[in-house]
Parts: sequence; C-alpha cells; structure tokens
Amino acid sequence: MEIVIPLLAAVLTTFGVYLMMNTNMVKFLFGLILFSNAANVIIFSAGRLTVGHPPFIPKGHEVPLTDVANALPQALILTALVIGFGLLSFALVLAYRAYQEIGTLDIDDFECTDLDKTDETGDPL
Amino acid sequence: MISLTLPVLIPLTTGLLSYVTPKTRPWQICLSLAGSLGLLLQSLYLFSQVADGTILSTTFGGWTAPFGIVFVADILSATLVVVTGLMVFVASLYAYFDIDQKRLDYGFISFLHFMTCGICGAFLTGDLFNLYVWFEVMLITSFALLSLGSDKYQLYGCLKYISLNLIATVLFLSAIGMLYGVTGTLNMAHTARRIQAVNDPFIIDMISIFFIVAFGIKSAIFPLFFWLPASYHLPPVTVSAFFAGMMTKVGVYALLRIFTLIFTTHLDFSNSLFVGIAGFTMVSGVLGASVQFNIRRILSFHIISQIGYMIMGMAIFTVNSLSALLFFLFHNIIAKSNLFFISGIIARATGSFSLKKIGGLYRASPGMSILFFIPAFSLAGFPFLSGFWAKFSLIKSGIDTQHWWLVGAALFTGLFTLFSMTKIWSQAFWKPHPVSPPQPHVGWDVLPCTLLAVITLIMGLFPQYLFRITDQAALQLLQPQRYIKAVLSEGTYQDLQR
Repeated sequence: MEIVIPLLAAVLTTFGVYLMMNTNMVKFLFGLILFSNAANVIIFSAGRLTVGHPPFIPKGHEVPLTDVANALPQALILTALVIGFGLLSFALVLAYRAYQEIGTLDIDDFECTDLDKTDETGDPL
Repeated sequence: MISLTLPVLIPLTTGLLSYVTPKTRPWQICLSLAGSLGLLLQSLYLFSQVADGTILSTTFGGWTAPFGIVFVADILSATLVVVTGLMVFVASLYAYFDIDQKRLDYGFISFLHFMTCGICGAFLTGDLFNLYVWFEVMLITSFALLSLGSDKYQLYGCLKYISLNLIATVLFLSAIGMLYGVTGTLNMAHTARRIQAVNDPFIIDMISIFFIVAFGIKSAIFPLFFWLPASYHLPPVTVSAFFAGMMTKVGVYALLRIFTLIFTTHLDFSNSLFVGIAGFTMVSGVLGASVQFNIRRILSFHIISQIGYMIMGMAIFTVNSLSALLFFLFHNIIAKSNLFFISGIIARATGSFSLKKIGGLYRASPGMSILFFIPAFSLAGFPFLSGFWAKFSLIKSGIDTQHWWLVGAALFTGLFTLFSMTKIWSQAFWKPHPVSPPQPHVGWDVLPCTLLAVITLIMGLFPQYLFRITDQAALQLLQPQRYIKAVLSEGTYQDLQR
C-alpha cells in the first residue's frame, strides 16, 4: 500500500506542473498549490508509513509499546501547510490586486518589466 | 545563551514596536535606527565570542541537540549577522530620505525589521526545517516590501518574483523531506553524521540537486535568475539596495553551509556542477548588464555575475578559494548596496534612472561623483579597492588548482564589469545633461553612502584584517567535525542544565 502515496505525489506534481506552464497567473497559482501539496506528501511518505498505529503512549508508560507512526513528518507538514497557505493567499491577493491595476492576468499581455519601458512611463523614484 | 537568540529577537521587537509607534518619519526612523544599532552591537558581541574559533550552540524548549531546534554561531554566521546589522542600519538611515509617507504608514519599517529577523535566523539556525521557516519569514516580508505601495510596475515585478521564489520554496521543502527520509533527522550536524552511513550515491546526488536548484533560485544562479532583473529595479531604492545586498547572499550562505557540512561525500559531483554554473552565471550576468541603460537594471544584472564569482569559490573548494569567496561576499554586500543607494541619489538629482536621459553630474557635484567612483570601481576590481583583493584571491586560487576556464571567465567578467561601470560613469557623470543641467547636490542622503564607501576603502587598504577572519571561517567550514561536535557534544547539554 505504501506505493499509493508516492504515486499520489507524482500525480500532484504532474498536474501541478502542467497548470504552472499556463500563461494565466491564476492557473499558475492553482498549479503551485497542487505542486506544494506534492511536497507535503513527499515528506509524509519520507517518514515511513504505518497503518493503524497512532503515536500514543499508554498511561503509566514512558515509551510506546509497539512500533507507532512517525509523528515528526506530520508536525512538519502541519507547519509547511500553514506557511504555504499564508504564502499562497498572499500571492492570490496580489494577483487580484494586479488584475485590478492592470486589467489582465495573462503573462503574455503584461508589459514586460524586463525592458526599459518602465522609465518612459514613470519608474518609481 | 541569549546572545545567540538576540539577533533574531531584536529585529522582531523593533518590527513590533514600529507598529504601535506613531507613523511619523522621525519616530519610525529613530526606532529603526535604534533597533538596527542594537542588532549591530549585539552581533559584534556575538562575533567577539566566536572570533577565537569556538562554535557556540544553543537549544530551544528544553530538548537536547538532535531533537530540539538548535542555533549555532561559527565565524561565518556571526560575521554575516554583523553585516546584516550594518546593512539594516544604513538602510534605515537612507529610508529617511527615500521612503514616502504612504509606505511608512503601511508599515515599511516593520517589514524591514521582520525581514532582518528572517535573515539573521537563517544565518544562525542549525536545523534544516527551521532554515526553511526562516526562509519563509524572509520571503513573505520581501513580498510585502516589494509590493508595498502597489505601483503598477511594482506589481508586475512582484508577481514574477513571487512565482519563481514559491517554486524554490516547494523544491526546498521536498529536498528536506527526502533528506529526512534518508537520514531520519533534521538537525544539520546530525544529518552530516548520519549521511556518512548512506551508501547510495544516486540518492545523495539527487537530493543535492534539489538543494542546488532551490537555493540556486534564491541566489539567482544561471539559468534560474530571471526573477531578479525583472523585479529589483522597481521598488523604492532602499528596498532594492537592501535586497541586492542581503537576499541573494542568504542563498549563497545556505549553499555554502549545506555543501561544506552535509553533502561532503560526493564533492566531485557537486563541484563539477558548480564549475559550469559559476562560469555561465558570471558571463550571462555581465552580458545581460552590458545591453541595459537603466542604472538599477545594470546593477541588478551585475548581482548575478557576482553570484557567479561566489559559486566559483565553491567550485574550487580549497581553503583559499572559500576564504576568497567570503571576502567577495562581504565586499559585494557593501559595494553593491552602496551603488543602489547612489543610484537613488543620481535619480533624485537628475530625474531618471535611465542613462540616456541623464548626465552632467560630475560638473554639478564632484563630491558625489567620487562617492560613486569608490564602490563602482571597487566592483570592477580596481587595485587597492576591496573588489581587487576579492577577485585577485579568487582568481589566484583558480590558477593554483588549474581551473583555467573559470579563471578565463572571471577575467572576462571583470573586464565587462569595468565596461558597465565606465558606461554609467561616462553617461551619468561626464556627458552633459540632454535637457537641463542638474543642480549641485546638497543633502544628508549622502551620509549612508559615505559610510559604506569608507568601509569599502578600509577593506581595500587593509585587506589583511578581513582576510584573517575569512581564512579562519574557511578553515572552520572545511572541518565540519568541529561544527558537528559543538552541536552534538555534551557541552550543549550542560548549557541547558545551567
């Protein structure tokens, strides 16, 4: 059964990367959400998977009695999820703000910041 | 061991305080100056503690070393924290003249200090996942600083910056997950010890590639640098300068730390990669700069080529080359930020960043021209300025180890850096202004630039003192056993008991 989790990571990466190749900024960000969840799944499977043994220590004992699930990757994923959520919501808000300001979210339609055009139209001083 | 945590706590407190203090210019800037001065003094104290070669380490939350999060300070970390303190001090000084009231209202000073907090944390942490967290602190505040004020062009640049950096974040996280899967630990020193027992070179190389790509995006190496010239010339000058000084260098620091501590078993593989990366980064950055006519974009492309020099130090991987790398790092942080600061003054004096539209500055204000001359020609590697010693020692270590292609690329890049700097010099300073000659520049905004120029001069005239420090730091980096012992020894445990 362990193979399911890496396969899930592979599927998430595939769809994530496919969406990220789109020129639409929103689709790119959705792809990034899938891609970042693939990373979480990778961490999850890196901690070795066990079925049905939650990491609890019975009362009166100091160590668990049997082999239990590794709790550390779960803690890491929790942290990574929270951080990733913050970053992505910031990115989505920024995309929305950019849409208000520019009127499009298609990268091909952006006036290129890589060119020197910026200072013709008022480079921020 | 409060002295290890204070470099994170001081900027954090300053950032929080700046939220509650009035958003007037004197209040905000004074608070920022006080906070950064505190950070600078504290980091100097920390440096004095580790200068003799001891490696300090402390754990959090009552968990001993491999289990709890550790903060570690060796010479490299401590000196980088000192430079961070200096840069944020100078940036706050410059912000007084540069940042508009709208951005101060939105909490510019808070974000600046939260970002400093992230940078110092990344320099000091000895835990991989914690490093990821500090990178995120740095990243989210850098998003805020880049988009603050939301000018149209700032948003363009910020979107590109965010997209590429988020990809780097995900790759970094996957790399940590895989490394954890192989070694079962996240403590860097413990990982370094455990990874010796992994017999599968393929796995190790694969994970190291993930780290190279992740940190490579952060430090803007070839071919992952495209976010940098797309975004660095758009925010206010203070932000550009602080980012140019610190952001990419954190990536270089992380690469340096990971590849001197953890992936030491397959150095042939990573070093051969770094040779290619270094050469292409140097040349592509400098060629990109040579076609630009916006001062800040020229300088942005030069950041890339100078990252190439630093990667060259890693590719050669001897004591001399690492020492030269560190010298280059310090020289570059100071000279590059200074150039960005001066570009702001140039734009205020003449009205534009575009070289085609400005000129006549040498006649109007010769003092400021000298101020530009020092960092610019230090960057190009003129003798007896700091850049000369940095490039000289790097190229010498390249010749010693017969990396002829790298040496050639470095010399070629040096020549073209000189070309770019003389381009700015002749266009902005010598050429008469195409429309109206600029007024003589008067103002205290030259103060931060003078401070940095003096440091560049001192580094150039007395390089032996800095080389003594970087030599020691490089020696420490090449003896990871000392780092591992300092983190995992009983010493940490006793420290906890006290």
